[in-house]
Amino acid sequence: MKEIVVIIGGGIAGLEAATQLLKLGYSPIIIEKNDRLGGHVARWNRLFPDMTPAKDIVDDLIASSKDANIFLNTEISFVNRLKDSYNVMLSNGISINSRFILYTTGFRLFEAQKKEEYGYGVYNQVLTNADLENWFNTDKDKRISGKDIRKIGFVHCVGSRDEKARNSQCSKVCCITAIKQAIEMKEKFPESEVFCFYMDLRLFGKKFEDFYTKAQRDHGIHFIRGRVSEVSENINGQVIVKAEDTLAGKPLKVTLDLLVLMSGMVCNPDSTKAASMLHLPIDSDGFLQSSDNVFHITSSPRKGIYYAGACTGPKTVPETLAEARSAVLDIHSEITAGKK
Amino acid sequence: MIYQGKQKIWSDYQKEIPDDHWFYVRSCIRQNFFPGSERMMMEICRNVLGKDFYETEHHTTCGGIAYHCDTIPQETAMTIVARQFALMTEAGYENYVASCITSFGNYTEILETWHEFPELEAKIREMLWKACRKEFNKPKYLAHSSDLIYKYRNDIAEKARFRLVDKENGEPLRVVEHIGCHYSKMFPSKGVGGAEYPYVLAGMIESWGGNVIDYPERRHCCGYGFRQYHVKANRGYSLSNTHKKFESMEPYKPDMIITNCPGCPYFLDRWQYVIAEMEGKTYGQNGYGIPVLTYEEVAGLVLGYDPWDLGLQLHQVAVEPLLDKIGIEYCAEDKYKGLNRKDIMRPGLPENLKCF
Repeated sequence: MKEIVVIIGGGIAGLEAATQLLKLGYSPIIIEKNDRLGGHVARWNRLFPDMTPAKDIVDDLIASSKDANIFLNTEISFVNRLKDSYNVMLSNGISINSRFILYTTGFRLFEAQKKEEYGYGVYNQVLTNADLENWFNTDKDKRISGKDIRKIGFVHCVGSRDEKARNSQCSKVCCITAIKQAIEMKEKFPESEVFCFYMDLRLFGKKFEDFYTKAQRDHGIHFIRGRVSEVSENINGQVIVKAEDTLAGKPLKVTLDLLVLMSGMVCNPDSTKAASMLHLPIDSDGFLQSSDNVFHITSSPRKGIYYAGACTGPKTVPETLAEARSAVLDIHSEITAGKK
Repeated sequence: MIYQGKQKIWSDYQKEIPDDHWFYVRSCIRQNFFPGSERMMMEICRNVLGKDFYETEHHTTCGGIAYHCDTIPQETAMTIVARQFALMTEAGYENYVASCITSFGNYTEILETWHEFPELEAKIREMLWKACRKEFNKPKYLAHSSDLIYKYRNDIAEKARFRLVDKENGEPLRVVEHIGCHYSKMFPSKGVGGAEYPYVLAGMIESWGGNVIDYPERRHCCGYGFRQYHVKANRGYSLSNTHKKFESMEPYKPDMIITNCPGCPYFLDRWQYVIAEMEGKTYGQNGYGIPVLTYEEVAGLVLGYDPWDLGLQLHQVAVEPLLDKIGIEYCAEDKYKGLNRKDIMRPGLPENLKCF
């Protein structure tokens, strides 16, 4: 009988892990609480820095993992620890016994309305990175479609590196996502002026710096080093942004037609809930705590429990996929070691 | 603007405000700036609503202005405040309500500091005992007096003779609400509605029939700021802040401004005269200014009190156009008659700002 591996979460980490487990001859079971696979990436339009269509990535992963057992609209009711394995009870009444559980529970986008000063949910023309990706995908958003958009702002680090929001972590992807979205908006509205308000630009990934240079050189996007202090609305419904330009040493006020908040990655409460069933440790940032952060990022302190992707902290898509493969290799090593 | 978005935030910042039995402390400056306001607070709470509000002549300044001007250390301000709490304790009250926004901010800051640093509270207790042999309990509830009028807003609306509507067409008046900086900017959870979209005055305006204007510089300071106005060399800064607010609210054509701070109504009112003299510009209709009222004055107006008993003749900006718009009766002849109809003399009229 094939070894069963329970994968909690049907995002790209879960799908990639299932793909690799199938290749190795195991029997992955994906538990996904939503009615579709692909997680956050499935809602995105294109991915940096090569503008790869997100749909292509997700479709490929779904196709390659199609032989896995997949339960949609299903949650974990409880997990019991048995002598050498775990008993996972699902909300659909099915019970699974497995020696291995892989957490790919991902992250949750920071709720931008918590940064009250930015006016998300209060002022019409303030939206989030996720709203903008949705518009790229559907062309349906009355705040943008058919509007004469001449000035656009992007606010980096919304809910990230923010003690007041109780999130000290950097979300890693917001800088490059803002640059990507700024370029895309500039392409859609060539006459527009685009401003990015940032604290630091953290462009660590392959081609990220090139992408940043391209944004400035080819698209004339303005990068302003300084945090936005407050957002308000004028009588025409435009958004007024106050910020500080720390390089020029001046306060700044600009009237925009659209303001996009780069909501960061925060821990997924579903991760915490699922982890609490096995008393798995939670890190100070709220994400799941790995055995250690150098050698064993995909390992938990409990035998047979592994992690992959953004459940342990913000990750890019390539990092998430690499971790999924890494976790599968760890599981495979443990299985084969037990057979010797 | 998405009104429901604001409602969601307001629901996150609700504050427990007991209904009755308050120890009331006055402001150092409000009685000089707008002398009818605190009297009206007592009149409404005690006589109209039948509440128990106690005050004592032994109450002094809270030390807030000196503290914010850096002329006294915080320990001194704390000892002064400890003495006020001792007065409350001696009077048998545990709900403390301040008329002044800076006092409210000062009390809040001190209670929070004591909560974080109990050794400092112990030191202040010792200092108070050495200074005047007094002991104190900390208030169970701390409120600003606008919190109380907010709480009673619907009771006031039920008894109101007038509403904040244009008597000619029934349209709600366009009202700017201006919150004192020390109300909730330091401790958002201590103010009704939080810091970004405070509801304390907006709630009164809605209850009394007006529409709240959300203009871009709504959050901006009135310009008073102790180190701005009180340092003579910085007064231009004070004025430019006020000017910025008026320029921002002008397109919305406000009928009135309602405030909850001692300094804000004064500066928003008086600086309109200065701007008119300097720039020749006025912000109200037909050459008038925009009347700036305290929440107690507005409560008094809707309840039907005589505008001159409320002290509205001491405003720089003429209130008569507003009274006419609402339909509030007044006797123009009585405007400058004081207690026992004594003539208090007429002020000189400004050149550019239309007044009566």
